[in-house]
Amino acid sequence: MGLEIAFWLLATTAVVSAIAVVRLRNIFRAALCLILCFLSIAGIFVTLSADFLAAVQILINVGAIAILIILAIMLTREVERGSLPNKLQFPVIAACTLFLGVAVFAIVRTPWQVSGLPPTEPTTAELANSLFTEGGFILPVEIAAILLLATIIGAIVLMREK
Amino acid sequence: MMQFAPQELLWSGNFWLHLLLFAGMIITFILLMVMFFIWYERRLIGRFQVRLGPNRAGPFGLLQPVADVLKILTKEDIVPSKGDKIVFWLAPIIALAPVFMMFAVIPLQGNALLVDLNIGILYIIAVSSVASIGIFMAGWGSYNKYSLIGAMRDVAQLISYEIPLVLSIVGVVLIAGSLSLNDIVEAQTVPFILLQPLGFLIFFIGSLAEINRTPFDLVEADSEIVAGYNIEYSGMKFATFFLMEYAEALTSSAIITTLFLGGWKGPFLPPFLWFIIKVIAVFSLIVWVRSTIPRFRIDQVMAFAWKFLLPLALINLLLTSMQVVFFQEASSLVIIISSLVIMAALILIWSKFFRLGGNSTGL
Repeated sequence: MGLEIAFWLLATTAVVSAIAVVRLRNIFRAALCLILCFLSIAGIFVTLSADFLAAVQILINVGAIAILIILAIMLTREVERGSLPNKLQFPVIAACTLFLGVAVFAIVRTPWQVSGLPPTEPTTAELANSLFTEGGFILPVEIAAILLLATIIGAIVLMREK
Repeated sequence: MMQFAPQELLWSGNFWLHLLLFAGMIITFILLMVMFFIWYERRLIGRFQVRLGPNRAGPFGLLQPVADVLKILTKEDIVPSKGDKIVFWLAPIIALAPVFMMFAVIPLQGNALLVDLNIGILYIIAVSSVASIGIFMAGWGSYNKYSLIGAMRDVAQLISYEIPLVLSIVGVVLIAGSLSLNDIVEAQTVPFILLQPLGFLIFFIGSLAEINRTPFDLVEADSEIVAGYNIEYSGMKFATFFLMEYAEALTSSAIITTLFLGGWKGPFLPPFLWFIIKVIAVFSLIVWVRSTIPRFRIDQVMAFAWKFLLPLALINLLLTSMQVVFFQEASSLVIIISSLVIMAALILIWSKFFRLGGNSTGL
């Protein structure tokens, strides 16, 4: 009962703040709404017994990415008025509706597997096992890290003063 | 359903009663300690500057913080007319709430804590990063260039110093074998400050930068940007920021106590008292640093984080991992002496490479 109330509160906050991110003219407020959206998603992770994921969600999405977004906003002009709507508005709405429809259709039609086991506690040991044991996910994680490193080096090379 | 605390940790057996009791206790504890810290810091700074400090209101000036609070609360509440009003109003609350939330996982006594999260220290790092959003909101909502500069400095400082800070925590977690603060305290038969002297040093400096104390108080460098992010705030809202700064200092002292000084452990005296004594000792060290070292320039702050602390934190992590993997059986005395020697050598070598100052021009 309590969990359901928590889920609906968090889900409503997440959806409303996500819509606000798109609709608000003031980019700074939009960024703050994005942070609220991230936080409520972290709350949903908590209700799903994924405490590690919730902490990492706050640490990375709120603590690092959102702050970088705000820093980037500070470098733009017209923060309060935002960019005015242009001709692409209707094509974008059509594309987004199509994508939403496909996503909802896929989610509803997929036969999701539900595990009968109780959630593991603590979660950190399980995560470490699935990372570092044989056949674990260490290789994809390392590849992602190398990709990020390459991106950083690329950005530095592109922006280097000639 | 998430397990908030194992059943034996609930004092009354009832979850809601436990929550209410501990939340009330933590809030009272923080408010009382902050009042004490304000008085204590002013008295201590007075001694460091060969004067008395506040000594008129009440015995030893103990009622001075009460007078300060009353004065601040009776001031007019001013809101900048051009500022972003909602953001301006929300900023103090968003900055203060995470500091209180961090205290939820800090054990005040054996097994006496609000929630024994098994990701305790990760939770603290995650929640502490939210406070900077409040500061940024204050800087933006005030419609004042000094506020914005102060807020930008805070964020730049926070992003840089978080990396060595977290890396030095990883060393502690490796030795203790757990992320839960309760387990970390239990694992300290020898306080981790002796096993991890370099980690302690990095964590202490990083904490100073995170809570914007001198020598890292560029956020409110009075001589450059008047008062930084809280320049437009007055009355209750300013008091909230003031409370946040001291509560942050208290929380940092408590985390250092828990991670490196053995938390509530100690002979003879009751554990709760040991916890408070250690927290006050750490805070005294912070005040001592404040009254000794002048403020850095912004380029010095950045260079110090990236060129000095980060490499040392990485080396510390490597050495700690080697110690955990290869020298599990070594006696703690050998480890203590060798880590002290290694720390001294590393700092000496690095200070040869690394010069603060020079002729670089910063931001």
